[in-house]
Amino acid sequence: MEDFDSKKGRDAQWRKDLRDAMPAKERTAIPRTVMNMLAPDVRITNFNEVNLGLTPLQANTEATRCLDCPNPTCVEGCPVNIDIPGFIKNIQRGDIREAARTLKRTSALPAVCGRVCPQERQCESRCIYNKMKKQPVAIGYLERFAADTARTERLDISETPNAPLGIKVAVVGSGPASLSFAGDMARRGFKIDMFEALHEIGGVLKYGIPEFRLPNTVVDYELEGLKSAGVTFHSNVVVGKTLSYDDLLNSGYKGIFVASGAGLPRFMGIPGEDYIGVMSSNEYLTRINLMGAGQSWSDTPVLRGRNVAVIGGGNTAMDSVRTAKRMGAERAMIVYRRSEAEMPARVEEVLHAKEEGVEFLTLCNPVEYLADNRGRVTTMRIQRMELGEPDASGRRSPVPIPGAVDDIEVDQVIVSVGVSPNPLIPNSIEGLNVTSKGTIEVDNSLESSIPTLFAGGDIVRGGATVILAMGDGRKAAAAMAKKLLANE
Amino acid sequence: MYKILEKERFSEKVVKLVLFAPEIAKARRPGHFVIVRCGEGGERIPLTIADADVSNGTITLVVQAVGVSTEKICALEPGDFMTDLVGPLGRATDIGKRQGTVVCCGGGVGVAPLLPIIKAMKAAGNRVVSVLAARTKDLIILEKEVRQHSDEVVIMTDDGSYGTKGLVTAGVENVILKENVAEVVAIGPAVMMKFVSLLTKKYNVPTICSLNTIMVDGTGMCGACRVKVGGKMRFVCVDGPEFDAHQVDFDEMIMRMKAYDTIS
Repeated sequence: MEDFDSKKGRDAQWRKDLRDAMPAKERTAIPRTVMNMLAPDVRITNFNEVNLGLTPLQANTEATRCLDCPNPTCVEGCPVNIDIPGFIKNIQRGDIREAARTLKRTSALPAVCGRVCPQERQCESRCIYNKMKKQPVAIGYLERFAADTARTERLDISETPNAPLGIKVAVVGSGPASLSFAGDMARRGFKIDMFEALHEIGGVLKYGIPEFRLPNTVVDYELEGLKSAGVTFHSNVVVGKTLSYDDLLNSGYKGIFVASGAGLPRFMGIPGEDYIGVMSSNEYLTRINLMGAGQSWSDTPVLRGRNVAVIGGGNTAMDSVRTAKRMGAERAMIVYRRSEAEMPARVEEVLHAKEEGVEFLTLCNPVEYLADNRGRVTTMRIQRMELGEPDASGRRSPVPIPGAVDDIEVDQVIVSVGVSPNPLIPNSIEGLNVTSKGTIEVDNSLESSIPTLFAGGDIVRGGATVILAMGDGRKAAAAMAKKLLANE
Repeated sequence: MYKILEKERFSEKVVKLVLFAPEIAKARRPGHFVIVRCGEGGERIPLTIADADVSNGTITLVVQAVGVSTEKICALEPGDFMTDLVGPLGRATDIGKRQGTVVCCGGGVGVAPLLPIIKAMKAAGNRVVSVLAARTKDLIILEKEVRQHSDEVVIMTDDGSYGTKGLVTAGVENVILKENVAEVVAIGPAVMMKFVSLLTKKYNVPTICSLNTIMVDGTGMCGACRVKVGGKMRFVCVDGPEFDAHQVDFDEMIMRMKAYDTIS
């Protein structure tokens, strides 16, 4: 669990040998590998994963491109500072088990991060290849390759857990922050009970991210790993409702980690937003991903729009619009008020959406929805925008073009403009300091105003990425472990 | 998995189920609801808790078969299991202090979630007048239990087969005309709550209703349950289920409840 010194690893003889085996010039001449994927016309007929992963040969070639820099800036670009050259060079020498172990030392869910991290904005954006005007090493693809191989070939990458400490810790929520926290704490010897409000464990990895981007088998494998490490999952328990904070204390939990995630969906507050057919992406994706709506075995209904507009430019918007396409939409549109350059979604998701025939209505802002006499949405009124001066976020802010208003026929609108933190926990624990935005207030070690209550992920950040949530889980685990062991 | 311990059939379409759920039994208060899921492909649906017994660790639900999911639930027998059950959810009823006369009116299966409120209102020292309404005699449920905890009970049926012939509003209006009513609590079909609300607004009597909108997760995530209350968007699952009836936009709510009527 100690911080792994990537410099020391670089001095190993085998790493030197690999660096000497091929001159840098030759290596940089190798083109970046292309991810194998399903053809777009096949994709939109099912929910199978789009990216198929790299073959061992592709992975080896891609790993060879990595120059094993003396000061690997990619590591700085990673929110959890994975030893990137370390795992890549292990792939190159064929030791996939060690590559996967290297990843696991810093990232609880590498198979997930390899699929959902915005690498182009993190590690890969800092790769030395960018300075050479070449495409960066495909770090995300390689991460996924190592983690997937460890799973499919059942390589043992578990670290020997510490002896049980006899200290109970409760975890609230079962998304990426909680899973990462639980893994670290279990390895340290703590007894972990995880409480999830829904009937399935996995949080956003299950209800939010669709199967075509993150298959449930990948998540289930990670859950199995935690189970065998001694983590106990309790579904259908809402902490703050089923069990109170005091109930947890009285049950002997010495520490509590709250990662209850995102909550109430935001709407824009424009006329017609309550018409039938207008819904949040949380509702749409939960119906389909968690409840299986649209499948023959599921009782949960879902609207299958013919002309579907998804409002927003983030990953959730891309997930929603690509899902709509798979649910049979003839016209699936992204409606985003800024230009494509400002879109917060991963570049790959935007690309995949376009390949699948999604239309991008950028610099467009919905201002009103109209409906038929039964209240079913029929029309989206949009205001065309242009980019003005940069705003507080540094992005050029969109301003309406006077008179440029159009009506577009829609029968389903999916609003994906963000979420507020889940209000259940902040409302239910006395003495817990909450910010004006409803997020839990924490210090640098992620401890809240209540000693031994730590928090992380979206309930603290208000809406972030899987990797940042995982990083929080890891950080909170280190801090809580230190505190609880000192208390013993 | 949550075991069904008892079942009672109130009418052809309405059953009472007693389930083993000790944590929920202990934590629940009047007004709370649960989300249930019946079968592996089951839908998550909200049901208001009708009663609980902490010593036996049970909660009571009253379910009317109106669709695929409620039909599956009504077919459960003692010894069977509810696949998933989570709660108690929502905000509990604000019983407050003794206010005087409180009219508790329930329509159809709405009487079930009303019962714990009747009990609590009575226990708080109020004079409780309960108005139970249904289409016909067979659909009047829990009359005995309601009588046990009410000072007066008025029965209204549409067809006059039992009690007084007429709508629930007529029963409530009679009470308001006879005595000084401090508060009305109305639970039942959305249309019924709407008309009770319109009536009590006329007489300026504060009125609480319990909304039964569509929900998926029930924990403040999906937003399917959103309603307009006082012109503002509120979420029934975390802000409700009870609201000031005079502020609720019932027409919009009734429209939204038909969202999935023509979809399977």
